[in-house]
Amino acid sequence: MLAKDMNTVYNDTKSIISAKDVSVFYGEKRALKSVSLDIPENQITALIGPSGCGKSTFLRCLNRMNDTIENCRVEGNITVDGQDIYAPHVDEVLLRARVGMVFQKANPFPKSIYDNVAYAPRIHGLAKNKDELDDIVLASLEKAGLLDEVKDLLNESGTGLSGGQQQRLCIARALAVQPDIILMDEPCSALDPIATAKVEELIEELRKNYTIIIVTHSMQQAARISQKTAFFHLGEIVEIGETEQLFTSPNDKRTQGYITGRFG
Amino acid sequence: MGSTDHIVSSFDDELQEIRNAIIEMGGLAASQLESATRALVDRNTDLAQRTIETDAEIDALEKSIDNMAIRLLALRNPVADDLRLVISGLKMASLLERVADYAANMGKRGIALNQAPVIRMVSAIPRMSELVRRMIDDILAAYAQNDANLALDVWRRDQEVDQLYNSMFRELLTYMMEDPRSITSCTHLIFMAKNIERIGDHMTNIAEIIIYQITGNTPTESRPKADITSTTMIENELSLSSTNEGDK
Repeated sequence: MLAKDMNTVYNDTKSIISAKDVSVFYGEKRALKSVSLDIPENQITALIGPSGCGKSTFLRCLNRMNDTIENCRVEGNITVDGQDIYAPHVDEVLLRARVGMVFQKANPFPKSIYDNVAYAPRIHGLAKNKDELDDIVLASLEKAGLLDEVKDLLNESGTGLSGGQQQRLCIARALAVQPDIILMDEPCSALDPIATAKVEELIEELRKNYTIIIVTHSMQQAARISQKTAFFHLGEIVEIGETEQLFTSPNDKRTQGYITGRFG
Repeated sequence: MGSTDHIVSSFDDELQEIRNAIIEMGGLAASQLESATRALVDRNTDLAQRTIETDAEIDALEKSIDNMAIRLLALRNPVADDLRLVISGLKMASLLERVADYAANMGKRGIALNQAPVIRMVSAIPRMSELVRRMIDDILAAYAQNDANLALDVWRRDQEVDQLYNSMFRELLTYMMEDPRSITSCTHLIFMAKNIERIGDHMTNIAEIIIYQITGNTPTESRPKADITSTTMIENELSLSSTNEGDK
């Protein structure tokens, strides 16, 4: 039969990120209301929900990108591997190397493909010499599934690549500083279906070594690639569950209304 | 289905189309069973023949439901309760098609029976048929009204049909032993009863599908099963007592 065993609870994976009672204020406006969410290690977690529901805000809390926004205040507790990332001694630059980010619009630096990937390892001093740096750059491009396409163009400008290639270049750039976690904010919304498929294939591949959290407006994308899906609405998490369960038998009426296109 | 409509209203129309076609198909299947039974009771060969011919309409309906479901899956990418409705529709259409096949097969056997002299009428067949026809009616009502409790009720009721079938099976075996000339006719009757019993089984299948469609879960209790004819032997009982009619 089609129904799953209701007693199956997946709790055997370790959480790498744990968010407790996280609220975010933009000035007076409360964009996130006491959200608690555990992110399992080496899985893909999709955050879905209508525009303005707080999913991107939540994502940006995870590597303190909200620090860069004036008037933005974060309350609550977020730990990565048990460490409070909002503790006073935390260096947010190092945090962001560990928790990398890929944005909606591919944003390569106006530099060569090589330098795009080499930029952060240089700053962080990850390579002792040119050979080591070469290794990092090539390995990162390889992991991002881009090496075969650009190995003869390493000195060409990153902005000359196609949209899908640029996005994979940005993923390679994030991988170059050896993160554990990669945050993706609508990474495929500006890509055509073929480029999207390539990025999705890459995301699945990366799951073996990284924990990925992806914000997407494409329900089908969330269904295709994620293991866990969280549905955000009006600054709260309405439902979090196994992706398969959420897309076949959601528990909450609001989730059902949203994913089936009845919202309003 | 859901409490609110889809933002894209043509989506609602298409889902409703599937529901309507299932209900139409179920209604036709029920009336096929009724016709086949009446043709048997009245020894009406014309009616039996019409029952056989009407089967094509139900086959055509199944194909059109298949097509609607495939189109909807491809074009709308339904999820959650919408997905359950489409998948349930596909499965129910194929089960209802089987139900109609059983009725058509009863029609064929009815025509064969009419070529032989009348044997003792087995009143259990119309009784079983009536029970099962009510199961079909209720299952369609459960489907139309999204009533999981009614579907569960039908699911439990199949036991009565099985019990009737058991006693009928034994009864017909004793007829055959008493008068071997009746074997051909009695065998047809056993098959007809078996057909009705299978239709009842399909109603429990459909009940499970409806419960899944509405709730996302299947019934947790084990399915009631009371058909024991697969293991029934009768000659020993007869040889023990010659006056025994064989139907204790």
